[in-house]
Amino acid sequence: MILNILFFYLAAVTIISALFVVIKRNAVHSAIALLVTFVHVAGIFLLLNSEFLAAVQILVYAGAILVLIIFVIMYLNVTQRYRMFNRLKLIAFFVGVVLFAEVLYIITRTALKGQKGEFPIAKVMEMGNTEAIGKVLFTDYLFPFEIASLILLVAMIGAIVLAKKEI
Amino acid sequence: MIPLHYYLILAAMLFMIGMTGFLVRRNFLTVLMSIELMLNAVNINFVAFAHYMDSMTGRIYVFFIMTVAAAEAAIGLAILISAYRNTKTTFVDEMNSLKG
Repeated sequence: MILNILFFYLAAVTIISALFVVIKRNAVHSAIALLVTFVHVAGIFLLLNSEFLAAVQILVYAGAILVLIIFVIMYLNVTQRYRMFNRLKLIAFFVGVVLFAEVLYIITRTALKGQKGEFPIAKVMEMGNTEAIGKVLFTDYLFPFEIASLILLVAMIGAIVLAKKEI
Repeated sequence: MIPLHYYLILAAMLFMIGMTGFLVRRNFLTVLMSIELMLNAVNINFVAFAHYMDSMTGRIYVFFIMTVAAAEAAIGLAILISAYRNTKTTFVDEMNSLKG
């Protein structure tokens, strides 16, 4: 019962603050609304027994990406008086509503059954969420993990080269 | 126990808000934020399926999506800064110097 109330609170705040991200004129207000969205998505991860991912969500999204975005907002000094939407707005709104209706139809009509994995909730709770993720990450997904570090290296070099004044 | 459908519908709503924002906004910064919203919706889907299917794979995928999101935000903002230096604008429909 309390979990249901918690889920509906988290879902409602996530959706409303996501709407504010899109409809706010001031970019700083959008960024603050985005922060609220990230924190509540982390709460949804907690409801789904993923404590490690909730921590990483707050660290990486709210801590790194959002600070970077706000830093660029301050750096660029965006003007406040401008047209918010381009001329696609009616078409895009229509496409969004139709696509959402389609996805809703598919979700509610499908049984969503599948083969069960090897990590039931009781086992994960016994061994700890972080340990379970680490065990899978460093055995089955070791190669993608190394590739991810390479992606971060390339992104770092690329960002430095792109933002430099003269190459 | 909350049904799996609720999480999927929440993720679908979040994704559609992000997609509409990506299509309609003129400010490059808000477009980047809309991309982050869409990636978050996908993350919710992955974690929900991983939870209900007793699997760890979905959670690992979320980990990699966060890596790619961080790289994408850094590169996107670097592109914005270098484009602003040349065109003095942050509006995507005014950056049209490559149009023939």
